[in-house]
Amino acid sequence: MAAEALGWWGVPLAVGAGAIRVSTPFLFVSLGEVVTETSGRINLGLEGTLVMGAMSGYAISFYTGSPWLGVLAAGIVGSLLGALHAGICSLPKVNDIAVGIALLLFGTGLAFFLGTPFVAPQAPNLPSIPLGFWSDVPQIQAALKVNVLFFIGVAAAPLLAWALRNTGVGLMIRMVGDNAEAARAMGYSPLTVRLWATCFGGFMAGVGGSFLSLYYPGSWSEGLSSGQGIIAVALVIFARWRPMYCLWASLLFGGAGALGPALQSVGISQGYYLFNAAPYVLTLVIMIIACSPDRTLAGAPGELSITK
Amino acid sequence: MVKITPTRRSVLLGGAAAAGTALIGGRGAEAASMTVGFIYVGSRDDFGYNQSHAEGAAAVRKMPGLTVVEQERVPETVACANAMAGMVHLDGATLLFPTSYGYFNPYMLKAAKQNPSVNYMHCGGLWAKGDPLNAHSYFGYIDEAVYVSGIVAGHMTKSKKLGFVAAKPIPQVLRNINAFLLGAQSVDPSITMQVIFTGDWFMPVREAEVTNSLADQGADVITCHVDSPKVVIQTAEKRGLYTCGYHTDQAPLAPKGYLTGAEWNWTYLYPKWITALQAGGSMPNYIRGGFKESFIKSSPYGAMVPAAARTQADAARAGFTAGNFAIFKGPLKDNKGNTVIAAGTVLDEHDPVLESMSYLVAGVSGSAS
Repeated sequence: MAAEALGWWGVPLAVGAGAIRVSTPFLFVSLGEVVTETSGRINLGLEGTLVMGAMSGYAISFYTGSPWLGVLAAGIVGSLLGALHAGICSLPKVNDIAVGIALLLFGTGLAFFLGTPFVAPQAPNLPSIPLGFWSDVPQIQAALKVNVLFFIGVAAAPLLAWALRNTGVGLMIRMVGDNAEAARAMGYSPLTVRLWATCFGGFMAGVGGSFLSLYYPGSWSEGLSSGQGIIAVALVIFARWRPMYCLWASLLFGGAGALGPALQSVGISQGYYLFNAAPYVLTLVIMIIACSPDRTLAGAPGELSITK
Repeated sequence: MVKITPTRRSVLLGGAAAAGTALIGGRGAEAASMTVGFIYVGSRDDFGYNQSHAEGAAAVRKMPGLTVVEQERVPETVACANAMAGMVHLDGATLLFPTSYGYFNPYMLKAAKQNPSVNYMHCGGLWAKGDPLNAHSYFGYIDEAVYVSGIVAGHMTKSKKLGFVAAKPIPQVLRNINAFLLGAQSVDPSITMQVIFTGDWFMPVREAEVTNSLADQGADVITCHVDSPKVVIQTAEKRGLYTCGYHTDQAPLAPKGYLTGAEWNWTYLYPKWITALQAGGSMPNYIRGGFKESFIKSSPYGAMVPAAARTQADAARAGFTAGNFAIFKGPLKDNKGNTVIAAGTVLDEHDPVLESMSYLVAGVSGSAS
């Protein structure tokens, strides 16, 4: 049971392990939102979707005994919330940002209300794959216990990038997002495409939420998300609407989140509030470096309300 | 502060108080059907702080003639003033337990001034002279139970390194951190401890990360002072570490690693206090207690705890109960090498100096500022 202290090696290990452990919800939410935003709509309500996904996934896992059914249920609940967002936004003169904020509050409130009976019980968690079997160091073994959802997310990023670039559906989504008039002329309905794109975004966000309650930290409570859904939406802009960049951004964010505790554990205990804020400082710094007056927000879908 | 439209009830109560009716004793006749309100900052089922109070409320509910109203997830903002006002004016509560630290000042003190006939019992607050007489503050010396947990941890650790997941460096938390290590060092003075602060009372993801960091640095017994120890205990269990609980019994969360824990004993105290009030007695404004006064208890030992550890832990508990044992006594140095308690000085648990503790004792790695 006793493990040798790792000392300073613990910091890169913690950051690496944290990147794997913490990044999955960011990854799923941001990949889903990439598709939604590529279709020309922004769904800020994904924080609410994430929390609803966490709650419903946990509840279904508790009732059925199968965490995978919980993941599926979380995805379905998420896509229903996405459909609600898309449905309201289909009405004339509706602002998608305002609807998103309303759904954010609605989703979290509903999850807290319906989730009260599930705070105490313990639901079966998702299994992990022990990839650290080759190492004798217990810390590495623990760090390399990786959840399947992480691999699905990692695989989804290039898949989505490819699909958006090379398939008919991807082209349709991009066209609707870049120029709704042109899409309409081609015979596509922008509202229908956006409905499906927002449903997909909601599905992914729901699955991301179920990772929180069913794997890490692995139980349902109200403080579970603490803004991860909002951060993930911001990550999409940070990642310039590119799925592969979402993957790197999510890993970076997860790793940076582990930096604060890891530094305290090796004795850098002054200013831990600052280190705990590392992910946000990092985002700001990269945004400032990446932004230039000449090529602001390159890659933004033309129909997106925040860039239009 | 919210304006409450005066209801008939509040006008009548206010008038009665103005007429000089005795605040507590005068209600003897109506005491039989008393309504008690409980307000929690988090969820009632959090396996932690809020659950400990909710279990106390459940014990009160079983008493004859008593109605209990509860509200959970009330933030430490004007929301708690609204919750208290609602319980007094709509539910007719005459005794309130606003249980979270931040409710005390200004919300509860203001409410107590406005409703002199209602008794307010606050957990963790510091009632001072000049505060309303119907406001009360109570807290327990739970560091005694943490010290007992530390003894068990000291027997169980193989790496001689303990881990502590703490929320914020405030005196109550620092006192528990120090007590845990001092308990362990009473078994083996070479034991050290790593403390990591999360920065807030309830941050599930960061608490899990912190627990993993402590495990990576070789800590093999973990305890915590956060509002809901659930995530810490579960994460440590997954890493195969021993744990000591806090606030309530978390043994069901960690059947393999749960050694013991420091628990509140509100299920005993709340009914006792209310019985005293109903009998016409009055309540002190400043209430404190430890093992001796049954404010706290230890979780039952896990099966893996050996007899030697149990014997030493039981002896310490007996010392606390008898009132002849002190945790903080000189000579005591902090982790920067300064002497914080001079040789020959023994600080009794009741000593108010301890309620402003600002240091970590020698052997703790971490910073109190």
